[in-house]
Amino acid sequence: MQTAMPHISITTSEGFEAFLATRNEPDWLAQRRREAFALYQSLCVVELDPEEFRRVDLRLFRPNDYQLVADLPDGDEANQFSTLMEHRGDFGGSIAHTDGHLVRSDVTSELVEQGVIFCSLSEAVLKHEELVKKYLMTKAVLPDADRFSAWHAAFWTGGLFLYVPRHVTIEKPLHSLIGLASSKAADYSHTLIVLEQGASATLLEETASADENLPGLHIGAIELLVGEEAHLRYVQLQNWHHRVFHFAHQCGHVGRDASLQWTVGSLGSKFSHVHQDVMLNGQGADAQVNGIIFATGRQKLSYYTQQYHKAPNTHSDLLYKDVVCDRSRVIWRGMIEVDPVAQKTDSYQRNDSLILSHDARVDAIPGLKIEADGVRCTHGATAGQVDEEQILYCMSRGISRGEAMHLIVNGFFQQIFDRIPVEIVRDTLSQSVQTKLGFDN
Amino acid sequence: MREIVVEVIARVVDDLLRLRKHLVEADFEMNSKLKIENLHVQVGETPILKGVHLEISQGEIHALMGPNGSGKSTLAYALMGHPKYVVTQGSIDIDGIDVNELDPCQRARLGMFLAFQYPVTIPGVKVADFLRHAITNVRTPDRKEGEPLMPMKEFRIELRDTMKQLNMDPEFARRYLNDGFSGGEKKRMEILQLAMLKPRFALLDETDSGLDSDAVRVVSEGLAKLSGPDMGVLIITHHERLLEYNIPNYTHVMLAGKIVETGDASLAHDLHANGYAEVRKRHPEEAAQEQKQQEATV
Ligand SMILES: Nc1ncnc2c1ncn2[C@@H]1O[C@H](COP(=O)(O)OP(=O)(O)OP(=O)(O)O)[C@@H](O)[C@H]1O
Ligand SMILES: [Mg+2]
Repeated sequence: MQTAMPHISITTSEGFEAFLATRNEPDWLAQRRREAFALYQSLCVVELDPEEFRRVDLRLFRPNDYQLVADLPDGDEANQFSTLMEHRGDFGGSIAHTDGHLVRSDVTSELVEQGVIFCSLSEAVLKHEELVKKYLMTKAVLPDADRFSAWHAAFWTGGLFLYVPRHVTIEKPLHSLIGLASSKAADYSHTLIVLEQGASATLLEETASADENLPGLHIGAIELLVGEEAHLRYVQLQNWHHRVFHFAHQCGHVGRDASLQWTVGSLGSKFSHVHQDVMLNGQGADAQVNGIIFATGRQKLSYYTQQYHKAPNTHSDLLYKDVVCDRSRVIWRGMIEVDPVAQKTDSYQRNDSLILSHDARVDAIPGLKIEADGVRCTHGATAGQVDEEQILYCMSRGISRGEAMHLIVNGFFQQIFDRIPVEIVRDTLSQSVQTKLGFDN
Repeated sequence: MREIVVEVIARVVDDLLRLRKHLVEADFEMNSKLKIENLHVQVGETPILKGVHLEISQGEIHALMGPNGSGKSTLAYALMGHPKYVVTQGSIDIDGIDVNELDPCQRARLGMFLAFQYPVTIPGVKVADFLRHAITNVRTPDRKEGEPLMPMKEFRIELRDTMKQLNMDPEFARRYLNDGFSGGEKKRMEILQLAMLKPRFALLDETDSGLDSDAVRVVSEGLAKLSGPDMGVLIITHHERLLEYNIPNYTHVMLAGKIVETGDASLAHDLHANGYAEVRKRHPEEAAQEQKQQEATV
């Protein structure tokens, strides 16, 4: 199945130079990549932030096992993903990448006429150079955050650029699929979204593997820049197969009177660590973060979330719901930070876990750092098991133990579904949970 | 030629056998009987039921009364197969099927139903979804998880009509099961489930408690409409209203884990009027046990 393909090392200088040679990019970008690679090399020998990584065991992760795939896999292989969203909706545009290479991209002419840019990031570098130069890893995710962000900044390949001009509203959701199709491929997709003042858009993004036995690596970054009075809904459904390592830096900036609704579905991968920041930068900014984490088998899924209030009258509301089965483990570390200027902040942070097996484990640690007055911050974490009385009740109505368990798990996530007004998103999330439970009706 | 004759005869015999089986089964359904013999049940180490005898046929209404703590709910849970209520002696049987061997799910699919004294809450599970699963399983007892559910349209119509009959706001179907429901609303939800699942044997554990008088009427009328020749009903109650609408063929009195008396509807009436003092006098042994048990728990 696998044809011989040139692979590029992602850890050595030779690999990096070989990679650069394949890119036809402006000098400023090559220069940024060089700096980032140097940074990566130096950060690799520096200890990771103990606060963030204390419970995250990286010993099983071997970077040298993975390479960049210089060419697309042949023919159909690039397109073989069971996607959850792609065929569901009527999209305003759609982009798909495989192993970091663009396989298709379309956007309605209507949007193009309104000045919307929706294309692969590589294309954007060539066609919208100034915009990319201005926003790419300069505001939200910075290369020097840690070795993973530096690594990403050096090697980013696939990914997309969405730019919505002032006061343009995109009604139909946009769709993006990021796929891994080659064994031991490393993917560095980058999602860059910029909404100018008063703009609004919805983007649904999903990640998937073509084959469940493919080992793979994803070092991703997501940057969501929501301008004043703009409204963004962003959904990411992480659905890698169970031999993929997944690391990501994800950061949203929300401007004055703007809103961001960010929904995360974390179902796949063998191991993941995601650093998710929401910055409330302008007065009246509002962010809602919804997370579903569903771990089975021996999955280890780790989230480090921050809600950073930097202006007065800002509001954020984060709710994560985790279900762990078998021998899986979920680590969630949450932090609310409130700057001295951020008076009248209203911030909420919560993680609820449902533990379905004796060998599964959740570590959920909420946290607060508040330096302003007159703020209202609520945080908390709960963990529990399925109540046997609930199961018994279901059984007394003819529902088998297994089916009862599944109803209850789905019901546990329902609180998140209820927060999501976009039907396709709600349905997709619920469907992905059902699929993972093993049932499609 | 001979072969053909043999084959035809074989086929006729086959058909007759099948027909007989049908008749037997039909017969079976018409006269189902729930038989409880010498039932002993304990919770943890504590024996609660100490030899209960009771027979309920389809179409009959039985009232079960008795002072607090006498073991009425224990009987109901044991019949439904709650794992905490362990049968140590005796038998539960429906038409030759040893019910005690079955888990609660199998019992429900066999046609048993318990309206819980304290219904549980299941957040995030919509009443309609829950009921659609339940009804499909009870009507297709061989169903395995993942196999199709009752068609949505058909189900919705049935649910809507049933709710209407019971004077229930259709909005309840969209709410999460018992989540934020008042005590009375939970009890109505039990009756709705009873109405949808149409069991052969319904056990109602104080379904009339905690209801305002209008709701008691709705529930009582609802039950009267639902029960009929196909349903055997065991009503556990401390009140009279439910029994006014559903006049029991038999009234049983439980004391200290035993059914000590059985009478007709007038016994229920008498107990309501006069309490259990006379019963205790007539059954000093059980009364003494009751006394001892109460002292032990204090
Ligand atoms: N799960 C349990 N754990 C411990 N004791 C129990 C349990 N269930 C019942 N019992 C005990 O068994 C006895 C009978 O209880 P049961 O609930 O059956 O009484 P009841 O007749 O239904 O009373 P009521 O009229 O108050 O509902 C009581 O002493 C009770 O404390
Ligand atoms: Mg009781």
